[in-house]
Amino acid sequence: MDATGLELVAQRVRDGVGENSVVSTSFFRRQATLEVAPASVRDVLEHMRDRDEEPWEFLSSLHGCDYLPDEPRLGIHYQLLSMERLDRINVKTRVGVEEPVVPSVMDLYPTANHQEREVYDMFGVVFEGHPDMRRILMPEDYEGHPQRRDFPIGGEPVLFTYNEKKLPNWYG
Amino acid sequence: MEVKRQKLDSMKVRGARAQQMLRGDLEGEDLEAYVEERVLLTKFHDAQNWARKNAMWPLGFGLACCAIEMITVIGSPRNDLSRFGAEVIRFTPRQADMLIISGRVSVKMAPVIRRLYDQMLEPKWVISMGACASSAGMFNNYALVAGCDKFLPVDVYVPGCPPRPEALMYGIIKLQEKVSGDESLGWRERYQAEGTEEVA
Repeated sequence: MDATGLELVAQRVRDGVGENSVVSTSFFRRQATLEVAPASVRDVLEHMRDRDEEPWEFLSSLHGCDYLPDEPRLGIHYQLLSMERLDRINVKTRVGVEEPVVPSVMDLYPTANHQEREVYDMFGVVFEGHPDMRRILMPEDYEGHPQRRDFPIGGEPVLFTYNEKKLPNWYG
Repeated sequence: MEVKRQKLDSMKVRGARAQQMLRGDLEGEDLEAYVEERVLLTKFHDAQNWARKNAMWPLGFGLACCAIEMITVIGSPRNDLSRFGAEVIRFTPRQADMLIISGRVSVKMAPVIRRLYDQMLEPKWVISMGACASSAGMFNNYALVAGCDKFLPVDVYVPGCPPRPEALMYGIIKLQEKVSGDESLGWRERYQAEGTEEVA
């Protein structure tokens, strides 16, 4: 995959799914990334898996990301792999924290089942159409989504000589 | 050869004496001598604790990398924990006496461990193995419980990341001393600091 190939993929997606489906493309450090609109993620991936002339049949990873100062904050990355052409492409979408809803791709790639649950657990992105949208790693009654950047780190203050005066009553 | 023969003879004599005693043939001074020679007197609780400390069966239960080290201690002939009577791993909490918390305790795992502990029958003991189990170690984040003593009572803490097998065995020996009632004072002994214990 090179920058030209990425543009060709983007154009085919625009033709196959809709003019507004692709937001932007970037080719950075030999990684091709196709940013798509959140509502059309499933359609884009379906197009790239089934109808594109260069099909991407394998979802090697699905993960979330929080770009805190930037808006919209949350990103969901789909890393596609073609075993035949030994090629990879990233499909990425950005949603805000106010309404983080993205269509599920579980019916296209069954591996997305647990990975979407993990993204929901850690970032609070709700995948619409997922059959079992609940936490996977944290306890069911856990509050908040711990991988968001504005989530407190947690843990306990560790006592060192530089902060022992700031932690009152540590001695008893 | 001569020594062996003598030993055999004395065993024969002892066997014959035991037979006589069981038949009720021994009387008077002979019986006194027999009792002095054969019977050990102790308190019931001492005998009970002696039996308990020499058959502490750990629960087959591991959490993280410390568990690998724990398996080396419990399961391997190199370290041979059967010297201290703690090598029989029980895979049900109903039959186990000792819970070794071996590794970091996540927020999700803590209730499970507490339930295992509750299912164990009294008397039961807990060893917190390694830095993570005792204080969350190098982690300080949302996912871990900082110290397993927050949700169950711990008898012995073994430091290390992970502890050496000798360290865990030392911890088990310390626990045995605790069970048999002649607990050593640890560092207090060295610094003559008896009487400074915080918890009686």
